[in-house]
Amino acid sequence: MNRFEYMEAQTLPEAIALLGQDEGTRIVAGATDFLVRWRQGVWKPHAVLTIQRIPGLDGVSYDPVTGLSLGTLVTIRQMELHPLIRAHYPALSQAASTFAGVQIRNLATVGGNICNASPAGDTLPALLAYETECHLSGPEGERRLPLESFLLGPGRTVLRPAELLVALRLPPPTPHSGALYIKHSPRSAMDISAVGVASVVTLEGGDGVCQEVRIAMGAVGPTALRARSAEALLRGQRPDTALIQQAARAAMEEARPIDDIRGTARNRRAIVEALAGRTLRSAIQMAQGTDFPFQTQRALAVEATF
Amino acid sequence: MKQVLRLTINSEPYELLVEPYWSLLDLLRDHLHLTGTKRGCDEGDCGACTVLLQGKTVTSCMVLALHAKDKEVITVEGLVRGDKLHPVQEAFVKDGGVQCGYCTPGLIMSAVGLLLENPHPTEEDVRFGIGGNLCRCTGYAKVVQAILKAAEAMPAAGA
Repeated sequence: MNRFEYMEAQTLPEAIALLGQDEGTRIVAGATDFLVRWRQGVWKPHAVLTIQRIPGLDGVSYDPVTGLSLGTLVTIRQMELHPLIRAHYPALSQAASTFAGVQIRNLATVGGNICNASPAGDTLPALLAYETECHLSGPEGERRLPLESFLLGPGRTVLRPAELLVALRLPPPTPHSGALYIKHSPRSAMDISAVGVASVVTLEGGDGVCQEVRIAMGAVGPTALRARSAEALLRGQRPDTALIQQAARAAMEEARPIDDIRGTARNRRAIVEALAGRTLRSAIQMAQGTDFPFQTQRALAVEATF
Repeated sequence: MKQVLRLTINSEPYELLVEPYWSLLDLLRDHLHLTGTKRGCDEGDCGACTVLLQGKTVTSCMVLALHAKDKEVITVEGLVRGDKLHPVQEAFVKDGGVQCGYCTPGLIMSAVGLLLENPHPTEEDVRFGIGGNLCRCTGYAKVVQAILKAAEAMPAAGA
């Protein structure tokens, strides 16, 4: 393990300036990914720059017109517990509840989970299914782009040198919507997902055709990804059992999993089909007005082998 | 280069010189000799090193010591009042929530953190609350029972 220096930024411009001075500096927030990778000898920075003390980056605000704003330093635990996130973005609070243990959720941040860009990042399918927009700030100013274009591959994002992810914006939920996330992992707690699927459905008038459907899958490609052909099958259609099955199969065909320690590609594809079907059925029930209290959602959120 | 770290541990103020790469766990165990906090996996998986940071549970192996600057840390050593154990500690002793004991300080700190947030947890809340603590002896049944009993006992104890 190499030794590193420690720097603290008090403002965003200071963070951008400090990062610009040395390419061997790594940004940390909760530092939970950093400490593991550093002890493994994978990351060897000259210095770490913590952004944890920059004021204004840890806010959660919700407005029915503009939607949800999350500062990059909002912790996973905050997303799990926040009553307005539970009420309006249930798949996100659910995904947060499946993330490591309470102790890590109290440290790890949503910005860190995104920038780490693991294909299996627990918050990513839900954030993609809610069409999250990323707000970046860097030496050349600010820019905004969809999360889908922010993620490039395992550990790779569009961030330029000295650029930071500062905030996220999720559009407001449409009436008659439902959403569910299910994570499949070898163990029921403290494990990384073998597959994660989030589905968000809006039904016209609460009982009509699918006005909007978004399905996102984790751990089955180089980044978390949308299942667009599955979504297209449902959009504008009345969601009956046969059509949901067809959409689940389409999601399976869009998945691009690999073999690794948590499952074979073949097994993962089969799991995608099952989870896409289940999340769609629950999201539809929720959109039709069935109440899913958080305790129910939390119990549905993890399906484990052990 | 070492930096000055001011923080509060178990209600005592400290001013220390620490290396930038020390974890809070390194600081507590190796430099302050507060060895109640255990080192298990050192990668955030086992929960043996759980402490309270600003009243919230964290795995101290996953916190850089300098992150705790100006903050308040409570370790298992900080739970006793005089010679009286904390109600969660009492319940672990009475209900057999301890076997080899290695995971115990971490489990107790997770239970204390859970009860701070949710003084009347259901059994399911307790199981989710200690999901980040591994115990290879007890099978968790008596641990869960002890935490539920501690929750009942706490208002009576005025805690």
